[in-house]
Amino acid sequence: MSAFAFFGAVELGLVYALVALGVYISFRVLDFPDLTVDGTFPLGAAVTAVLIAGGWNPWLAAIVSMIAGAAAGLVTAYVSVRFKVLHLLASILTMIALFSVNLRVMGRPNVALLNEETMLTPFLTWGDAAGMPDYIVRPLFLFVLVTLFALGLARFLVSDLGLAMRATGANARMAQAQGIPVGAHILSGIALSNALVALSGSLFAQTNGFADVTAGVGTIVVGLAAVIVGETLLPRRGLLLAMIACMVGSILYRLAVQFALNLDFIGLQAADLNLATAVLVLFTLILPRLRQKGRAA
Amino acid sequence: MITVDSLFVTFNRGTPIERKALSGVSLTLEKGEFCCVIGSNGAGKSTLLGAIAGDVMAESGRITLDGRDVTRLPAEKRAGLVARVFQDPLAGSCGALTIGENLALAAARGNRRGLGKALGKSRMETLLARVEELGIGLEKRLGQPMGTLSGGQRQTLSLVMATLSPSSIVLLDEHTAALDPANAEFVLHLTASLARRFNLTVLMVTHSMRQALDYGTRTLMLHEGGIIFDVQGPERATLDVEDLLEKFRIARGQSLADDRLLAG
Repeated sequence: MSAFAFFGAVELGLVYALVALGVYISFRVLDFPDLTVDGTFPLGAAVTAVLIAGGWNPWLAAIVSMIAGAAAGLVTAYVSVRFKVLHLLASILTMIALFSVNLRVMGRPNVALLNEETMLTPFLTWGDAAGMPDYIVRPLFLFVLVTLFALGLARFLVSDLGLAMRATGANARMAQAQGIPVGAHILSGIALSNALVALSGSLFAQTNGFADVTAGVGTIVVGLAAVIVGETLLPRRGLLLAMIACMVGSILYRLAVQFALNLDFIGLQAADLNLATAVLVLFTLILPRLRQKGRAA
Repeated sequence: MITVDSLFVTFNRGTPIERKALSGVSLTLEKGEFCCVIGSNGAGKSTLLGAIAGDVMAESGRITLDGRDVTRLPAEKRAGLVARVFQDPLAGSCGALTIGENLALAAARGNRRGLGKALGKSRMETLLARVEELGIGLEKRLGQPMGTLSGGQRQTLSLVMATLSPSSIVLLDEHTAALDPANAEFVLHLTASLARRFNLTVLMVTHSMRQALDYGTRTLMLHEGGIIFDVQGPERATLDVEDLLEKFRIARGQSLADDRLLAG
């Protein structure tokens, strides 16, 4: 694997680390399997691409993307909490609806962002002046940004409010008896989760130079893969570590994919990516069970 | 203080399996009163507790807690006024969270939950002191998941959790029923001493007539959704389990066949 390909994989891993953090909130904290993210990721990319192409400040565009993502998450959570629609189904409905919304937002299936000013531009210019190659500056910038979000999230989850959210997902009846408004926490948690995923989509558009309506296919699986890979490698308790595990898992997942694609003798093509991802996620899901069996025998 | 005024609750209304769970229950518990509730299965004991806590909505009637009308409030909005301990040790605490986090959740009950650290220094000191005085060594394990504790330990901590925040009303729903005798007695003693120390208003559902006479200041018997017997003071002190059974037979007009009621 060339250095270029390596740092490219790290970069993509860092972009998707935000998806992993979002999926951690929905799946792990709230126990709410939320497939909305397959629609929120391209939504974030679409909103950002259209706004940047329209001359907006890229940071502002990213913030608007997050708000759009949060709104999509709110729809899913509201339908599920208020009307008791099964969470999985509610999220699939929102996801399907978002496909149309994304097409409407962009007005066409994809928008290119070549030569537009992005959040990265000033740092790339600065890197140029300092003699640092682009393929290092880009992951470095993403690393700092994602780390800030991971730290913020870890701090939130150990606060009274964050603890209440965790209790909501772990034991709703007990949470209610402790005066925690369970519904409100599901709404805000799923909104937060989707805001992070939309930001990931926004960064994806900015680092790759385009937004595409199909870019979201399998986002949930990639996010889940990152969370599970991270948990398998860093199984210790503690929230800060869990956030770091999400980041590490996301990067390792991308490196593994890159590595597999580079191994010519396996004969994998880019088209096999989704199959390989599904197999990897399945493997990491059943690994703990296989281990248990081995111990029992 | 708890006041319940002609409370009606019906389950599955309008269906073939309609059942009147509470029919016109009225009850006043002064602050500091410790009331034990007995009755056979389906008498409405748990429904009464559920209605006061907000899990079960009253069909008609009025419930006030410390003078505040809570009849229409959902459970989470009443939590600042009333604490509960469930029969199932797994229900009242969160196995996936640590012991310290469980206690912190309870300590914030009734307050606005903000972005301050849940286990900040001053709260941690309070929690440590409360766990240490139990004398069962759990103070060293605050960082461990609640799920690693035994049922008795969890129920003991649930009691501590119920008395962490300033609310003075505690509802206990057969909170020792799932424990072995030794643990049950430990938890009951703790219940009595915490009730005295914090001058709590306690409503305790139990299946044991012995407990219903030995603990607290008042005994209440429910049957088919109504209060059939209410005793306190000197009269209660002279009562024995046999007397209670007799009262029950008279009220019910038939002999007693429910084994669970006799147990303990």
